[in-house]
Amino acid sequence: MLLLSCPWCGDRSEQEFACGGEAHIVRPLAPEDLDDRAWGDYVFMRRNEKGLHFERWRHVHGCGRWFNVARNTVTHEILAIYQVGDDRPELPE
Amino acid sequence: MAKYSIFALGRNALQGHRHWPRVWRSPPPRPSYDAIIVGGGGHGLATAYYLAKQHGMDKVAVLEKGWIGGGNTGRNTTIVRSNYLNPESAAIYDHALTLWEGLSQELNFNVMFSPRGVINLAHDNHEARELHRRIYANQLAGVDAEWVTPVQLRELCPILNLDSNMRYPILGGTLQRRGGVARHDAVAWGYARAADRLGVDIIQNCQVTGFTIRQGRIEGAQTSQGDIMAPRIGVVAAGHSSVLAAMAGLRLPLASHPLQALVSEPVKPIMPTVVMSNKVHGYMSQSDKGELVIGAGIDGYNSYAQRGSLPVIEETIRAIVELFPITSRLKMMRQWAGIVDLCPDASPIISGTPVAGLYFNCGWGTGGFKATPGSGYLFAHTLAKGEAHPINAPFALERFYSGALVAEHGAAAVAH
Repeated sequence: MLLLSCPWCGDRSEQEFACGGEAHIVRPLAPEDLDDRAWGDYVFMRRNEKGLHFERWRHVHGCGRWFNVARNTVTHEILAIYQVGDDRPELPE
Repeated sequence: MAKYSIFALGRNALQGHRHWPRVWRSPPPRPSYDAIIVGGGGHGLATAYYLAKQHGMDKVAVLEKGWIGGGNTGRNTTIVRSNYLNPESAAIYDHALTLWEGLSQELNFNVMFSPRGVINLAHDNHEARELHRRIYANQLAGVDAEWVTPVQLRELCPILNLDSNMRYPILGGTLQRRGGVARHDAVAWGYARAADRLGVDIIQNCQVTGFTIRQGRIEGAQTSQGDIMAPRIGVVAAGHSSVLAAMAGLRLPLASHPLQALVSEPVKPIMPTVVMSNKVHGYMSQSDKGELVIGAGIDGYNSYAQRGSLPVIEETIRAIVELFPITSRLKMMRQWAGIVDLCPDASPIISGTPVAGLYFNCGWGTGGFKATPGSGYLFAHTLAKGEAHPINAPFALERFYSGALVAEHGAAAVAH
């Protein structure tokens, strides 16, 4: 079971949170200019990384706010927690 | 390879069972094949079998990074049914169910398919209406489905709690009589033996580490046992499909999550059928050994760890004890998870890719076991002919660009 540290509420158990999937997927600024292939890639295609994964979480049973987590999907080790809108953090290899 | 029969059994019994032949060979990989299947689970082995059987291909290899049937084939709850909502899904799952019905004879290997009926419970009026809709859709698609009342449920599964004071009382359910369970390991072993007999090389402990692609066309695979050439490669790697896709520079619309199951200590027969509940999230059947096989849910985040988290188990056990009060003192023997590849529309992908000659069979999510024979049959057709069989045509990757999704969240086992 994960112990996640909400940037606003501190350490809480995974049951208080909902995972919102891969982070850093930017909504196209002009969707009407995209063809079907580019739109499908944006909506559906994912990296689904084995290992380091950047993902969005929301503290649904708490403050209700979103934040980003860098997590290893094999060991579940949480490597960084950072704000939505920030760049991917530098992580030691 | 000796045919299994009552005479073979008698002959070997007289010889003290010392002369049974090996069930499949373990050859070193050849430098090249006509087709390579990546992934030696039920779906991959079935694909190899039907490539050899239906399409006469005798130079086929199955590459398995561990041992055959050691992934999700050995980790599921063995339920077989075809009562899906959409006509496309009814066609693909019912085709598989039809193959299940003759599979033991086809493979000369007892896969212990037991059509003992599958029941999906309704706990409120909305769910009852949704399930009625599914029954009518099934009947229109030629899939057997009927509504059963609590009185009938008492006959079909006496240990079910039908008390109207339950927090989520049972209002009735759907029954698919042709559904049931099969022996998961036997499916892998049966297909492996039958495929091997047709000349397929089953190569275990052989991990694919990369693909050789030239001018947009697949030429072979790099593996832990060296490079192997093939003009066609079919990847059937369930939760690891995205990892293999990344080796070819592709992304898939998949998310890998652990799906948990657990079994109890063995008890005498108490559970004559399969019962599933979407609402309270649990499903149960009894194995021939007497263990109660219980299916839980997925963890809510991407993971490649083959273990699930305890809150998921707790939720399911709560539901199971409420539905089947007789289980409250049972000891649970084992708990495990398999990595399932969830698709946004809860339907599978059997498809070519932008790389010519490279095909993927994935996205079966939480319910791939039931489709094993059909998935193999259709994927073999797709690989051999270079184009989809009419049954799997709606399940191409292209649907994520055209928008023609096959939404099956309501019917794909318990909701995920």
